[in-house]
Amino acid sequence: MSTRTTYREALREALREALREALQRDPRVFLMGEDVGRYGGTYAVSKGLLEAFGPERIRDTPLSELGFVGAGIGAALGGMRPIVEVMTVNFSLLALDPLINTAATLRHMSGGQFSVPLVLRMATGAGRQLAAQHSHSLEGWYAHIPGLKILAPATLEDARGMLWPALQDPDPVLIFEHAQLYNLEGELEEGVVVDIRSARVRRAGSDLTLVAYGGTLGKALAAAEQLAGEGINAEVIDLRVLRPLDDATLLASVCKTRRLLVVDEGWRSGSLAAEIIARVSEQAFFELDAPPARVCSAELPIPYAKHLEEAALPQVPAIVAVARTICR
Amino acid sequence: MSAPLPFPRELALRLLHDMVRIRRLEERAAELYGEGKIRGFLHLYIGEEAVAVGALHALAPDDAVVATYREHGHALIQGVSMQAIMAEMYGKQEGCSRGRGGSMHLFDAATRFFGGNAIVAGGLPLAVGLALAERMQGGSRIAACFFGEGAMAEGAFHEALNLAALWRLPVLFCCENNLYAMGTALEHSESQTDLCAKAASYKVPAQAVDGMDVVAVQQATAAAVQQVRGGGGPFFLEFKTYRFRAHSMFDPELYRDKAEVAKWKERGPIHNYSARLKALGLLDEAGFLALAADVDAEVEAAVAFAEAGSLEPVDDLLRDVHTPEGAS
Amino acid sequence: MIEFKLPSLGSDMDEGTLLEWKVQPGERVTRGQVIAVVDTAKAAVDVECWQEGEVFELLIELGTKIPVGTPMVSLLEPGERPENVQHTAPSPAQPVPQAPDVMKGAPVLAAATRPRISPAARKRAAELGLDAGTLSGSGPHGVVSLEDVEAAAAAAPPVDRYALMRQAIAAAMSRSKREIPHYYLGETIAVGKLMAWLQAHNAELPPEQRLLPAVALLKAVALALREYPQFNGFWQGGTLHPAPGIHLGVAISLRQGGLIAPALHDVDDKPLPRLMSEFSDLVQRARSGSLRSSELSDAGLTVTQLGEQGVDSVFGVIYPPQVALVGFGAIAERPWVEDGQLCVRPVVVASLAADHRASDGHQGARFLAAIRRLLQEPESL
Repeated sequence: MSTRTTYREALREALREALREALQRDPRVFLMGEDVGRYGGTYAVSKGLLEAFGPERIRDTPLSELGFVGAGIGAALGGMRPIVEVMTVNFSLLALDPLINTAATLRHMSGGQFSVPLVLRMATGAGRQLAAQHSHSLEGWYAHIPGLKILAPATLEDARGMLWPALQDPDPVLIFEHAQLYNLEGELEEGVVVDIRSARVRRAGSDLTLVAYGGTLGKALAAAEQLAGEGINAEVIDLRVLRPLDDATLLASVCKTRRLLVVDEGWRSGSLAAEIIARVSEQAFFELDAPPARVCSAELPIPYAKHLEEAALPQVPAIVAVARTICR
Repeated sequence: MSAPLPFPRELALRLLHDMVRIRRLEERAAELYGEGKIRGFLHLYIGEEAVAVGALHALAPDDAVVATYREHGHALIQGVSMQAIMAEMYGKQEGCSRGRGGSMHLFDAATRFFGGNAIVAGGLPLAVGLALAERMQGGSRIAACFFGEGAMAEGAFHEALNLAALWRLPVLFCCENNLYAMGTALEHSESQTDLCAKAASYKVPAQAVDGMDVVAVQQATAAAVQQVRGGGGPFFLEFKTYRFRAHSMFDPELYRDKAEVAKWKERGPIHNYSARLKALGLLDEAGFLALAADVDAEVEAAVAFAEAGSLEPVDDLLRDVHTPEGAS
Repeated sequence: MIEFKLPSLGSDMDEGTLLEWKVQPGERVTRGQVIAVVDTAKAAVDVECWQEGEVFELLIELGTKIPVGTPMVSLLEPGERPENVQHTAPSPAQPVPQAPDVMKGAPVLAAATRPRISPAARKRAAELGLDAGTLSGSGPHGVVSLEDVEAAAAAAPPVDRYALMRQAIAAAMSRSKREIPHYYLGETIAVGKLMAWLQAHNAELPPEQRLLPAVALLKAVALALREYPQFNGFWQGGTLHPAPGIHLGVAISLRQGGLIAPALHDVDDKPLPRLMSEFSDLVQRARSGSLRSSELSDAGLTVTQLGEQGVDSVFGVIYPPQVALVGFGAIAERPWVEDGQLCVRPVVVASLAADHRASDGHQGARFLAAIRRLLQEPESL
């Protein structure tokens, strides 16, 4: 078995390398968004790319989410492979019309004549006291729309590896990067290839299925460590792909552990957690030994004060407490 | 006016023929709607024929065209067969969008007809993206975008014009000013009713044209197209026109009075142009009747085609939400 | 003959009311001519006729509301005469495709790894003491549902609770006599002071608050147990495990037959009035079948009083795993010797049945003596 080189880096660097590789491999690929060029990217993901690839391929746009997302769709239709960066999910609301009324629908509305090979990247999530308008987690909302594919990389491997298959996909793919993960450091193996179809078991267990994605994966793993000390052996699943959901992996786990706890930074009502619980209930109702549970954000716009923000978001103690009640 | 026409007889007659084709198609569609054969929304182009006919005849056949929900005429002249259009409105799978789109979503990949958009101003950013792709791939095709004056109040218009001008993209913005956005007159929706001034504020060259005169339309568009294709950046044309019928099928037209409609009908594009052709000796009564009979035959053949068409099997409901693996 | 029907003029128009005719019979109609005005929810609309012909008959009355598709006017086609009217056959209806199979694409249940029992069924089965896993399910996918459990319970033979209780008592008493080496002691106790004290205490009280001698006897036993804890506990694993508190089992006979001995908790700690109300409540609940599980398991020693039945004394059978049973007979006036003189006093025979593994006669005698002593000072109870 050949040993691959591994190296240590931050998640943002893994994302940058993914962009670099894509720009090198395919001349149709270009990056477009606010401050991606001269500024180097608001989260420093695209730092250095303008110097390397030039202004035709690294395009700074005006503050026109509706305009440049629509243009990204047009460019994809016109034969390019655009990567459109919307600074955060909070600003993507301005571009909901082209995303939902054109990108998601064009293939179907045209009777299969046109595909939209668009990749859209945006930062998501809360936790840095940025208050109500800068703290949304709306990936679950987007996962509601047929015609879109939704990814949530939570590991260095996925940050490095998901972009290329997303660009190969002929349909619109939205990649949600949790803002708290850009600094995440870890070991990355060179040349690893990942898919954009499956969920992954990040920690095997037998007593409880803990489902998480993006920014909540780390919290779920920390909770699992703590629960192990109490004799509860949790299996942690990283969803990776929010639409289409990998039912098979979820069900195999729940049929084994018979207990489900979903951790989702979206608000509780109508959340992605609700969808997962509905699917598991429909398909594995009789395999469950306890009601399915979820830990989500509290139902309010995210507050500024640190202690209130912490109380509003899913945290490890809450995950552990809920896990205890269903494991008894 | 009996000034000689600036193009050969063949094109001169072609223009009339195409206007009559649109007129008869629309009138027949109105009848069929009353009979219940066509459902949903139906927006008729009657009175505005000179714009689509004159403008599209000034484009190259492989230029991209983006239009609105009042697009039957544009689709027809761009090259979508009347049979495919009629079958689409009937909801048959022989329609250009497999019956999945209906009147508002006519699409045709072969002729680069990109719809058929039901969101006012939704097509503008799309056209900008198509032009961007063309520029980046070093081609010389332009993107022509048709929209009503109502679209100029939408943010998408402003974002699209700014982006097209900033990046000097080959977009031809064609505003069909028929004075009413559904029931709202221009002076009730725009603080600045000089539409060319609005475009010019983005440093986009702009020109107003008599949209009831097919010759004026063709000439103005040809000149603008030359400038755009030559790398001069985007161009804005305002076609002053009028729709003789209501906004859509069920509109009691409470917002305008019948005398105004009657006045515009006196300037009807088909009526005036055929009179001009006759005055120039290019067409006689017999020739006009032959032309009309030819169009009627085409229309009836389209209706027969649609009537005989088939409905897509319901088992195929979920096709074309995503592009199948291995497809384009 | 052409029948012109009310057209649908919009996606949300289903009907219209005829307001006005714009043509009359005999009039020629050209394509696109407005022939009527119809009122709809939005406004009055002109109805255009797309056929040419001569108006033959107006088919609708003014002011009538008609659904879309209703014939409004009949027209003679050009050249047609009323006498030789040709009726055009209606065009065959387009076959409507089958409605989609709703179950296709519906979620599929995971393969069963154990019997499929609904949560409601599981709960009810537990309440009824049934094993739901042995039942066959009538629900979809073979699920055992609540109905199945109820049906199984109904089908089971009715439970004779009395018989069950007798069986339980039989088992317990047999085991007791088999395993426990009983020894018996008895003592006759003068209770004159007690009775006098009770009478005085009760004189001012309404009937429901009056103290019964029974609770005084119980309190005395409880206080005596503080001095002699070896009579309060459980014999398990070859040794005596002292009870954590002084909880006395009170033997209560049930009306329909049978016996139960639920515990009164912490008898040594409670004042008599409180003991009285708790005792009454306990008896009432025992007889109505609503005891708590702690009451059935916590007694460290049981007291049985058969005084009401008139017996002088009772030498009972210990309830395992307890190690003693105290019995009281009737409180009755008997001849008594006091200061060498014969008199009549109320007396009661207190008995002790005790487990010889945990105690011996000497201790037992002193235990009974303590009870006697305590009963001579009723005001300290």
